[in-house]
Amino acid sequence: MGDLLVPRSDVGEFRKRYKWMALVAFLAFFAIVVRLFQLQIVHGAEYQGIAHENIVRRVTLPTTRGVIRDARGKVLASSRPAYDLYVVPGRVMPGARPVRRGRREIDDEETNTWPRIADMLRLNPEDRSHFDARIHAACVTDEDKSPCWRPVLVKEDLARDLVAELRQHQLELTGAEIISAPVRYYPFKNLGAHATGYVAEIDAETLAKYRPEGYEQMSAEDRQKVNPLGYEPGDIVGMTGIEHAWESYLRGRRGWEKRVVDARGRYRSGPDAERLLDAPVREDPIPGRDLRLTLDIELEQGIEKAMRGQTAGAVVVVDVRTGRLLALYSKPDFDPNDVSGGGGKERMRETFNKLYEDPLHPIIDKTMTGSFQPGSTFKPFSALAALEDKLLDPDEKERCDGYIAFGRRLFKCAHVHGKVNMHEAIAESCNIYFVKVAEAAGMDRIARIATEFGFGTKTGIGVNPEAPGRIPTRSWYALRYRGQFRIGFTVNSTIGQGADTVTPLQLALAYAALANGGTLYSPQIVRAVEAGGNVVVQDFPPRVRHKVQIRPENLAFVNDALYGVVNDPKGTVYPVRDTGLDVAGKTGTAQTGYVAEATKDPKEQYYLAQNHAWFAAYSPSKSPEIAVAVLIEHGGSGPTVAAPMALQIIREYERLDAIRTGRPPPKPSAGTPASLGRGGVKKTASSTVGGPP
Amino acid sequence: MRGLDLGPGTRLLGGRGREHFDWALFLVAALLAVIGVINLYSATSVSRASLSEVYIQQVYWLVFGGILATLAAAVDYRHLERMGYAVYGFGVILCVLVFILGRDIRGSSRWINIGSFSLQPSEFMKLFLIIALAKYLHDDPKNEGRSLKDLLIPALLAAVPMILVLEQPDLGTALILGLIFITVCAVTRIQWRSVAALGAGAAVLLPVTWSYVLKDYQKQRITAFLNPDANILGSGWHAHHARVAIGNGGLMGQGFMRGTQNQFLFLPDQHSDFPFAVFAEDWGFLGGLVLVFLYGFLVLWAIRVASTAKDRFGAVLAVGVGSLIFWHAFFNLGMVTGILPVVGVTLPLFSYGGSSVITVLLGIGLLMNVSMRRFYVSPVRSGGLLDG
Repeated sequence: MGDLLVPRSDVGEFRKRYKWMALVAFLAFFAIVVRLFQLQIVHGAEYQGIAHENIVRRVTLPTTRGVIRDARGKVLASSRPAYDLYVVPGRVMPGARPVRRGRREIDDEETNTWPRIADMLRLNPEDRSHFDARIHAACVTDEDKSPCWRPVLVKEDLARDLVAELRQHQLELTGAEIISAPVRYYPFKNLGAHATGYVAEIDAETLAKYRPEGYEQMSAEDRQKVNPLGYEPGDIVGMTGIEHAWESYLRGRRGWEKRVVDARGRYRSGPDAERLLDAPVREDPIPGRDLRLTLDIELEQGIEKAMRGQTAGAVVVVDVRTGRLLALYSKPDFDPNDVSGGGGKERMRETFNKLYEDPLHPIIDKTMTGSFQPGSTFKPFSALAALEDKLLDPDEKERCDGYIAFGRRLFKCAHVHGKVNMHEAIAESCNIYFVKVAEAAGMDRIARIATEFGFGTKTGIGVNPEAPGRIPTRSWYALRYRGQFRIGFTVNSTIGQGADTVTPLQLALAYAALANGGTLYSPQIVRAVEAGGNVVVQDFPPRVRHKVQIRPENLAFVNDALYGVVNDPKGTVYPVRDTGLDVAGKTGTAQTGYVAEATKDPKEQYYLAQNHAWFAAYSPSKSPEIAVAVLIEHGGSGPTVAAPMALQIIREYERLDAIRTGRPPPKPSAGTPASLGRGGVKKTASSTVGGPP
Repeated sequence: MRGLDLGPGTRLLGGRGREHFDWALFLVAALLAVIGVINLYSATSVSRASLSEVYIQQVYWLVFGGILATLAAAVDYRHLERMGYAVYGFGVILCVLVFILGRDIRGSSRWINIGSFSLQPSEFMKLFLIIALAKYLHDDPKNEGRSLKDLLIPALLAAVPMILVLEQPDLGTALILGLIFITVCAVTRIQWRSVAALGAGAAVLLPVTWSYVLKDYQKQRITAFLNPDANILGSGWHAHHARVAIGNGGLMGQGFMRGTQNQFLFLPDQHSDFPFAVFAEDWGFLGGLVLVFLYGFLVLWAIRVASTAKDRFGAVLAVGVGSLIFWHAFFNLGMVTGILPVVGVTLPLFSYGGSSVITVLLGIGLLMNVSMRRFYVSPVRSGGLLDG
């Protein structure tokens, strides 16, 4: 206590300093206040804007792609959810991470969940060790941006029960993530695949077209201009068929919604969070439009059944009264599910490789992308050319010896027809008679009539790339050949050989025009655009493309001849005809002009050396409803290969029509083509021979 | 019983102690503590579970620190004078112990674990340094200006803990220790020559410090300060979002617990180094003004206490504590508002942390001690009059 009584020290030394210190302190705090004034009052609004932007994020709302249905409402293409399993290497295998001091030290609670996930997925040992290796490789480092924290795709398109099982155990399966994404689903698989088409993820090149450089900086208006459908990376787009051609209808439009998000990217909801959002808060997505096609998938099923024995070919069925396509069938085909991502990316790659290597080009739509020599199916049009200008008397007979020497070339006929008039020449398909037609009409007259019926130009269906086909004229030859024009060229073009090519679609439409009295329709495949349910948004009426300028009596003459093809005892289809059906048509056997290549497999050579078999027909002959064009590539003879097929298809049409309208089904044929020999034909001949309409 | 009798004029909560109790100091400190806890509640209300109880913990620290402060105010500071160097030595030993017992948190070892508490000796070292400097200046009265030689011992007293703290590494605390030393020197009379020499020395030391002492992350913070918008996602993140939070407060503030920058986790370290950003966002310019006023008052009041102190030890003690509060407040506010680089310096009574809260409260207790005894007249000089 006494120590406290020592003299107190002199504080005079410090006296002068206090007011300076006070001044410094005051100025320092004043500086802070000035700064606060600057931040909060002067720039307050600016910072409030930044703070607002920090917490409000525009989330895009997905839309759903439209459903494609057939004429009777059966779903041809829709979307289904698919589930993919991803794992985060560093979290499913904490043990794989490097052991060191640092932020990412392994907690005791973390366990290796990977073995259990692999068990649940029932991975085979090979895959399992593959992923083990990948996980370990990813976790060599565990920095923030190391692949250790990047999800790895383990299995795509998980089965439903597996998804349920994984979800049930989600809490125990740390690091496993199930990501759901819609996948296009084609319930009928291969059936109608070419017409419907398929979808795929948008490729970089296409995307760059819609999102040029600087796209992110553009105003909303400009964006709308260059990218009206709002494509984003990873989007699904239609690649072929209806999916591609009607993309803008099917796609729909994304919406957006403002969400409150925190610094870690987590969304916050509730009234407190929503109070912070400024209007407008949301723009609803517009779902894609549904399409109602004119196709009849049940008829396609019948076609598929009929074509089962054939390697390659195409079938077109069209309603002659409207130009609506009832079936577009191309063989070989593919399963659009496999190339649209259903079943995973690996499957997609494999399928594509297989499709592109296949010499039969399964991916090509032969109904419109492929063009072929029509052979004798072209004869009715040549005949019309001769008839129109009265250049030939159809009743005058020409003698067929089975061949004709023509200049240096020898034109052959199927067999010796003897003396035939025009009707017989069409019904029995005599080439020798048509040499006379060629001489009488000349190439350009034939070309004019063919063009009238739509050959040589695209039909404008706008589904898949279309081949225009080719109808040669003298000037075309003049451009192409340096040599002298030869009458042989005209003969070739008269009988659908040489430079003539058509697509099955063109042929079917031309026969439909023959059947309906000369109206060439624009082919129609989309009947209506619908929105949710079955509300029709837009209905497409039939469109007449062209009225063929032809005298009705000539048309009647040709139709009569086409009836004879099937129903005259000497007609080419008579031996295989279906007595329950009323059909008129024309067969074709087109030489392909294949030149053998020594390098190829003999079996393949044999196949390629075969002729294309055709049959183009309409039914019923008196009041036609449908026209059919059947092409069997390298199928051989038209009458024996293609005609039975077409008849089977027409019978299927009649059967379906009968069921749907409640009519009695068509009478069964007196015999199936297979059981009908030449002898059998004779037996029924008398009962079916009738006069032409 | 009129309280615990610890010597003349020091009966606890009684006698002259009660008469001269510094209500202004007490009220301002208490007000800051209360606002601080409320703000801490807002700052941690949306955080993970580990932080959600922080404000309660802070209340415990405040109570504990308050008790210690009462003791620090009650025992006559002249007892402390005698033990000045011993206290200092104790602090230095603690700082050395950190390296042996220390626990790594985010790459630096600053803490010693005692049971479930973590003690940060470098915080207390600030007070110990003040006491040691006060003791030295008390014992070394000078009428003429001090030369460099006279300042050598105090410089060493400051340098030892500074080096230890830099080694931890804890730039903020080292900085505060240095600034306290400079402030205390500034209160003395120094020859102009010495001031010039010190200035020249500092000019040489600055680049040396930059290239050898500062760690990379510390340099990054300074470059981020000089060029604030260059790296918002990296080293500039703290500063950028703190500025946005303050600006977002505007004049009136977003309202208690409604500041979006804080509520949506854009403010890192919102409970330790950046509580003022939370406060400014919630309460706006007006709230900030009140808070700056309170700190300003505290600092000016400490200078007033120093000027009325009756001996050199008390005066230096008051200046030291005042400078402690001033530099902490100024650096923290400057850093949060973006006029100073990001240095980890706490805001007195606002930042969460036991060691920091206790240090500040002890300092205020010492200030109170000096303030209460300002009317004590030296028995020798004033003719041996004792109170009565």
